[in-house]
Amino acid sequence: MSATLIQQLVDGFAALMLLTSFALLAQHRMLSVLHWFAGQGLLLAATAAIVAYGTDNEELYISALMALLLKGMLLPWLLRRVIRQLHVHREVEPLMNSSMTMLVALGVTLFSFHIIQPIEKTSLLMTRDSMAIATACVLLGMLMMITRKKAITQVIGFLAVENALFFAAIGATNGMPLVVEIGIAFDVLIAALIFGLFFFQIRTTFDSLEVDTMNAHLIHKDDDE
Amino acid sequence: MSSASVQIIQAVMLLLFAPLAAGFISTCKARLQNRRGAGVLQPWRNLRKLFKKEVVMAHHASWVFRFTPYIVFTATLMAASVVPALLVDTPLSLTADVIALVALLALARFFLALAGMDIGTAFGGMGASREMTFSALAEPAMLMSIFVLSLSAHSTNLTTMITHTLNSPFALHPSLAFAMVAMVMIAVAENGRIPIDNPTTHLELTMIHEAMILEYSGRHLALLEWAAMVKLLLFSTLIVDLFMPWGMTAQADLTGVAIALGLWMVKVAGLLFVLAVFETSMAKLRLFEVPEYLSGAFVISFLGLLSYYMLEVGA
Amino acid sequence: MNTAIILALASCSMALVAALAPLFLRQPVAQRTGLSLLLAASGLLAMIAGICGLILGGDALILPLGLPWMPMHVRLDALGSFFCLVIGSLLLPVAIYSQGYLRDETRLTSLAIFMPLFVLGMLGVVLSDDAFTFMLFWELMSVSSYFLVTFKHENLENRKAGFIYLLMAHMAGLLILGSFAVLYAAAGSFEFSAMRDATISPFWASAAFLLAGFGFGTKAGVVPLHGWLPEAHPVAPSNVSALMSGIMLKVAIFGFIRVCWDLMGTGDFQWWWGALVLAAGSSSAITGVLMALQQHDLKRLLAYHSIENIGIILIGLGLSMLLAHFGHPMLAALGLVAALYHTINHALFKGLLFMGAGAVLHSTGTRDMESMGGLIHRMPWTAALFLVACLSISALPPFNGFVSEWLTFQTALMAPQMGGALLTAIVPFSAAMLALAGALAATCFVKVFGVVFLGHARSEVAASAHEVDNWMKVGMAIPAVFCLLLGLLPVLFIPLVDRVPQLLLHASLADSIHAHGWLWLTPIDVAHSSYSAPIVLIGMLVLGGLAFWLLHPKGRTIRRSVMWSCGNPHVNARMQYNATSFSQPLRRIFAGIYRPEEELRIERSRHKLLADSVHYAVHVGDMAVQYLYQPIGKLTLYVAKLLQHEHQRGIHAYLAYTFITILFLLAVYI
Repeated sequence: MSATLIQQLVDGFAALMLLTSFALLAQHRMLSVLHWFAGQGLLLAATAAIVAYGTDNEELYISALMALLLKGMLLPWLLRRVIRQLHVHREVEPLMNSSMTMLVALGVTLFSFHIIQPIEKTSLLMTRDSMAIATACVLLGMLMMITRKKAITQVIGFLAVENALFFAAIGATNGMPLVVEIGIAFDVLIAALIFGLFFFQIRTTFDSLEVDTMNAHLIHKDDDE
Repeated sequence: MSSASVQIIQAVMLLLFAPLAAGFISTCKARLQNRRGAGVLQPWRNLRKLFKKEVVMAHHASWVFRFTPYIVFTATLMAASVVPALLVDTPLSLTADVIALVALLALARFFLALAGMDIGTAFGGMGASREMTFSALAEPAMLMSIFVLSLSAHSTNLTTMITHTLNSPFALHPSLAFAMVAMVMIAVAENGRIPIDNPTTHLELTMIHEAMILEYSGRHLALLEWAAMVKLLLFSTLIVDLFMPWGMTAQADLTGVAIALGLWMVKVAGLLFVLAVFETSMAKLRLFEVPEYLSGAFVISFLGLLSYYMLEVGA
Repeated sequence: MNTAIILALASCSMALVAALAPLFLRQPVAQRTGLSLLLAASGLLAMIAGICGLILGGDALILPLGLPWMPMHVRLDALGSFFCLVIGSLLLPVAIYSQGYLRDETRLTSLAIFMPLFVLGMLGVVLSDDAFTFMLFWELMSVSSYFLVTFKHENLENRKAGFIYLLMAHMAGLLILGSFAVLYAAAGSFEFSAMRDATISPFWASAAFLLAGFGFGTKAGVVPLHGWLPEAHPVAPSNVSALMSGIMLKVAIFGFIRVCWDLMGTGDFQWWWGALVLAAGSSSAITGVLMALQQHDLKRLLAYHSIENIGIILIGLGLSMLLAHFGHPMLAALGLVAALYHTINHALFKGLLFMGAGAVLHSTGTRDMESMGGLIHRMPWTAALFLVACLSISALPPFNGFVSEWLTFQTALMAPQMGGALLTAIVPFSAAMLALAGALAATCFVKVFGVVFLGHARSEVAASAHEVDNWMKVGMAIPAVFCLLLGLLPVLFIPLVDRVPQLLLHASLADSIHAHGWLWLTPIDVAHSSYSAPIVLIGMLVLGGLAFWLLHPKGRTIRRSVMWSCGNPHVNARMQYNATSFSQPLRRIFAGIYRPEEELRIERSRHKLLADSVHYAVHVGDMAVQYLYQPIGKLTLYVAKLLQHEHQRGIHAYLAYTFITILFLLAVYI
């Protein structure tokens, strides 16, 4: 494969990454959120593999494999199990209406484009074009956490942020040192497991997974005391 | 062959093939649903039947109602003859660029909506209101995807855009992919196909396009139905032109035109088959989810624009 | 002195004579005829003056009028000529229309005095060549139009509208005066020629831009400064509304171009000026059309559409500003031409629409669309001419509105990448908003034409309507013909408009426009984009004629019958979609913007499943009024209350205030 084709592929994947971030925000049903999230994981794996091929960086192949197994398969599977077992409401409940969220998301993307532009000029890596997109994806993941009611969608938002950071790492530095990456991967896995446990706990305690309910509960408790 | 004769062949071809294309979709759908279907020629038979029938019109229908079928038909046909299908540079292709093309279709829609209001039934007004509302919401997405396309070609003339695509070396353009997805979504909405509107439904509460033409009969109805079919083929050709023009000929010689014709048929048939698959596997959207679908198309085309600037110019 | 300026001054004097005529003519008939005749003459002269000025070039002149040390400077340059043409081309038909429209009016005197004064004010603004003359005529225009808005002052509604209008017009005047003050400080003279030559620092240039932008923007009805517009336009007599909406708003656009492009010059532009104008334009276009969609008062609806169209003009101007700043004079010229083209287009079709609304009002006595319907059968001429205007304003080929919107799109599409990410995105975004506004305008005019002219009559008055007289028909036919001509032959008209960018930007489209003959409109070159309205029209006529001829063999008549309506036999006029139901989907989709106040009452006395009567009411208020104007009003009242007791102190307190003021001024300025 020629260098320009690899470059184009990376750009293409970056564009798809952005698309998945928007799609995560736009979904109405919990399971389709999960499908898009899994798709994002696969996309990350593919990007890492392509960059690995392009830069002859063998460690990156391992990263790609880890992304494939962990982000593309394991985490979605875990979350799916949680959703099934908890009988979480099938509809995603947004705080803001969807068109408004989309507009804000476009604004956020534009903003990250604006702030990354000067940085991009200084980079010489073949992946530098994707920096702006990675930043946008981080912000979009956060936006997802902000605008959703259910704890579980917030967790997916959090994981999407992590995905974007991984993508940024590939883009900015051709991947982090393998040790760091493995460490982060396990952190994320543990976090997801703990979140899963928490969901069960939260459910049994509050009878709901809505974050606002927990808040109300706390306030209520304060009143009691 | 002169380019003028190819122009005429092309326009007549779009006109005559339009019912076949509609028949092709319904046959594909029938097969996908394990039915035999009425055959590819059925729309032609329907049209022939309608043309023979008598026209019945309400007492107080005005001239707007009476002339609308002709205006809709000619505006659509005019738009169809502007779109190059075989030859890149046809004499009429300069008459209207993409924006003017969209405006010609808007002219047809305007009169169709007025005709819907003319009889004074609740259905007509409902159809007019919905059609105009949803098409208005589709417009920004349409323009945005045209914008993305015109960025690299520096033009809105179809001929120039096609030549640009034909002459530039093959490369992956994320922006074009976004623009294409948005354009297809808009084309589905503009033609009233599933999931926006169901062309075969006559259930009052869900229909949009059919509600406007409920009062038409005979040759008037035939013209309107035919115009709708031409519009579908026109959009298919437009998408093929803009995103995969390979095979179109620059010279008006016989072999070139023949090859272009063959490839055009294959590409359009492929596109229509995909449409049939989607229509079979999808349900119609709830009416007030349509705006969300359309704003989704806008977001995608805007992403196309952003990715053009972020990924394709930035280098 | 050349011909053009003499004609322009003749046009002004004709308006002045018309203003003085009612003092001698006492009979309403004489007053009406005098008014129509003199104003028509004035309009015709202004038109010819405009065309002469554009072709031959204008001239400057010092009139021995005005203050002793400051005679009036008048000048007719390309910009002034163009707006002269705009004024004339609507004034002529409106004057003819007035002859029929005012027939039943018995107390004409105030109208017959102030309408010519209003026209004189507008012509004077366009001709003036110093700030003093400009402001003089500007105020003449504002004040006389106030008296026109309150022509029927016995209605409370009209007095209220007049008050808001006067208040905002004066605020606008004050801001414009401030802008001229800034320019005066730089130039040291009130003459425009001195202001052109003066250099001005970027800070003060921005100050002048902002003052002029807000001042002229208020007068033009830019969102959120549009509060007066939907109040004042509906209550004025329709011929006056046509002038106010068709030309007065354009005079504000003229002022804005004069101050920014001409007096300051493109060299002073900063990037955010264009971005601001573009943002204001986009938001005006969208807000205007969205608000228009929810109206059921025909003239109020049209007033909101004026806001939309001013937005479209500003999008063109904003693009031009941006492109001029980033050094693309050719494209900047294209943007300016697009804006100016839309200016004259809007004058024509909006004038026609208001005249049509006036004809409907004249014949049914109501402005409420919910009680109209089926007027196409009783007012066929009005309906056909109104339809032309509907097609034009909806930007549909082959009429004129499409040409100017198409040119604006071309400007946006051809704009190269400029500046940072914000600018990169705002140009296509505003183009998308323009597309949305255009398509929503089409939606709105399907509603207007469908509800007013099509279907069944919704009330007695609509069922007994009658066609208007020939004066009014002619008055409406003239702009309709212009709408078609400007839509068909833009290539012949653009070279005239092109004089303005030649003057202001030193760039011309003449080469590219003429390159392919009168048939093809090619703003940049033929590879970029082309459009041929004549071919579209001829092609459609030929194809349509062919289809009609083929399908109409002799003996195949159309059978008339009762309507089908899916076989439902009991359909009455109240079951039709009306203005409110037509816009229901949009009200629901944009509920977050509209915040409609809905009221639904169902009475069930017999059984809980049997509704006796259903009452539904919906009100959509103007957000700007609710969240901007009312709080400001409340704040003003609050402050006034705080200061109230100061009024009750005696003469000594007042003297003390005066004394302290004098001390303060002495301390500061000496």
